[in-house]
Amino acid sequence: MIEMKNVSKKYINGVQALTNINLKIEKGDFAFLVGPSGAGKSTFIKLMLKEEEPSEGMIYLDNKDITKLSRRKTPFLRRNIGVIFQDFRLLPNKTVFENVAFAMEIIESSSKEIRRQVPMVLGMVGLSERANQYPHQLSGGEKQRVSIARAIVNNPSILIADEPTGNLDPETAWEIMKVLRQINRRGTTILMVTHAKDIVDVMQQRVIALEKGRIIRDEQRGAYGYED
Amino acid sequence: MKIRTVKYILKQGVLGLWRNRGMSVASISSVSASLIVLGLIITLVLNINNVATLTQTHFDTIQVYVQDNLSEKETVNIGKAIEGIDGVQLVEYESKEQALLNMRERWGEQGYLLESLEENPLPNSYIIHLENIELADDVVLSIKSVEGIDEVKYYKEIIQNMLRIAGFIRTVGLILIFILTLVAMFIISNTVKLALNARRQEINIMKYVGATNWFIRWPFIMEGIVLGLIGAITALLIVHFGYQYTFDIITARFTAIFSAYLIPIEEMMKKTILMFTVLGTGVGALGSIISLRKHLNV
Ligand SMILES: Nc1ncnc2c1ncn2[C@@H]1O[C@H](COP(=O)(O)OP(=O)(O)O)[C@@H](O)[C@H]1O
Ligand SMILES: [Mg+2]
Repeated sequence: MIEMKNVSKKYINGVQALTNINLKIEKGDFAFLVGPSGAGKSTFIKLMLKEEEPSEGMIYLDNKDITKLSRRKTPFLRRNIGVIFQDFRLLPNKTVFENVAFAMEIIESSSKEIRRQVPMVLGMVGLSERANQYPHQLSGGEKQRVSIARAIVNNPSILIADEPTGNLDPETAWEIMKVLRQINRRGTTILMVTHAKDIVDVMQQRVIALEKGRIIRDEQRGAYGYED
Repeated sequence: MKIRTVKYILKQGVLGLWRNRGMSVASISSVSASLIVLGLIITLVLNINNVATLTQTHFDTIQVYVQDNLSEKETVNIGKAIEGIDGVQLVEYESKEQALLNMRERWGEQGYLLESLEENPLPNSYIIHLENIELADDVVLSIKSVEGIDEVKYYKEIIQNMLRIAGFIRTVGLILIFILTLVAMFIISNTVKLALNARRQEINIMKYVGATNWFIRWPFIMEGIVLGLIGAITALLIVHFGYQYTFDIITARFTAIFSAYLIPIEEMMKKTILMFTVLGTGVGALGSIISLRKHLNV
């Protein structure tokens, strides 16, 4: 569960990126975050990951105020939040298996756990056959599925996706959406930043619209609502 | 920390070092350069101190060499003249034959070396004990004005000079080492910066997946430590063989007696191994920590 109370963010250069944000995303929800460029979407994500601190307000994750969390505990917060990006961010000199295993290695999982968990999530994203290939041998959609596998391999309760289909053709984008939907059905809360109007309109999920740092619309089963 | 993590840290550290071989060589050289200078200074200072201490038995006496061509009467008169000087407590006469005997005794096992001498090179001398060590300078001055004297050996002055030189070497050396250490740290921190840049992408992913700061930092600190350690080992080898070589030359060219005044190599190594290792790894670790503070904001 994610909750923001009166959250504002002003960067040190004076830019007011978010103003008085109040919202609550329940456990297991699927929510889209939409809005024009510069609206504050990335800032919203950075606050959740504690890459930035809010200037005002409180942010609760599973009822714990993360703004009070010390910097030393930040890594443990991030283990509970998976993130995927538009540009996949895979390590080119590691195989698909190794890229996913990397996320487990750095939190010191045992090799036994790694051998059990990695094939399981690769199966979930439909990449079992590709385990020993390198990123350059994969299509864009496959790369994004590897990055999803890496994001969920440590069983986070929340998955954040920052324009995950931005670099993909429509058909591939839908494959990715299917994978995300399936992960959501298993109970993972998903927050997805997107500009893909057709996806938002078809999915019929909650839509939170930001503009100039304020929430201008928050609808269950909403539509994209912009013409661009 | 799990064993697998330790292995990971070691492997990443060495890998990073290998990726930037050129900079690694520069780092290692700079660490060993400053440690070699340190070794040189330690060698000089310790040996000078050693010689000074060993000579200290003559500390409070003045030895007066009498000219070789004097008659017995003239020699005795010199003794009387010295006795008359203010501050002189006791005057002992040591004939050149006695001096040779004494030397043979002092040299102990190596005394046989003196048997090959065709002629006794030692002078007749007076050994003067002082009432008060503070009067030494005045007494030396008065003795020098006595006719028929070849040389006045006043060991206290020599020892003090040696100690002064040792002190000077130590001060200049420490300043030099300080500068060289800064240079070494600077080079290491640059090497680590390159390693950091090579792994930017990886570090970024590690951050998002929830690696702790120390997990991210350790491989780089390890890289610095390994660089410093290799530098220390290189310096130890060079200092060891350098000292051995010089020791052998001095012993061969001059006389074996000299080696009695030098600190044996085993002892030098005992003194330097721990110091070099700690300093090398310390400089390495510090250099990389500086780099991490500047270039890695996790
Ligand atoms: N680190 C930063 N420092 C200063 N201003 C920033 C920073 N990051 C973003 N901004 C500004 O904050 C506003 C919101 O940016 P952002 O959250 O990236 O929007 P979006 O992701 O919706 O495009 C923009 O005006 C942007 O220029
Ligand atoms: Mg953005």
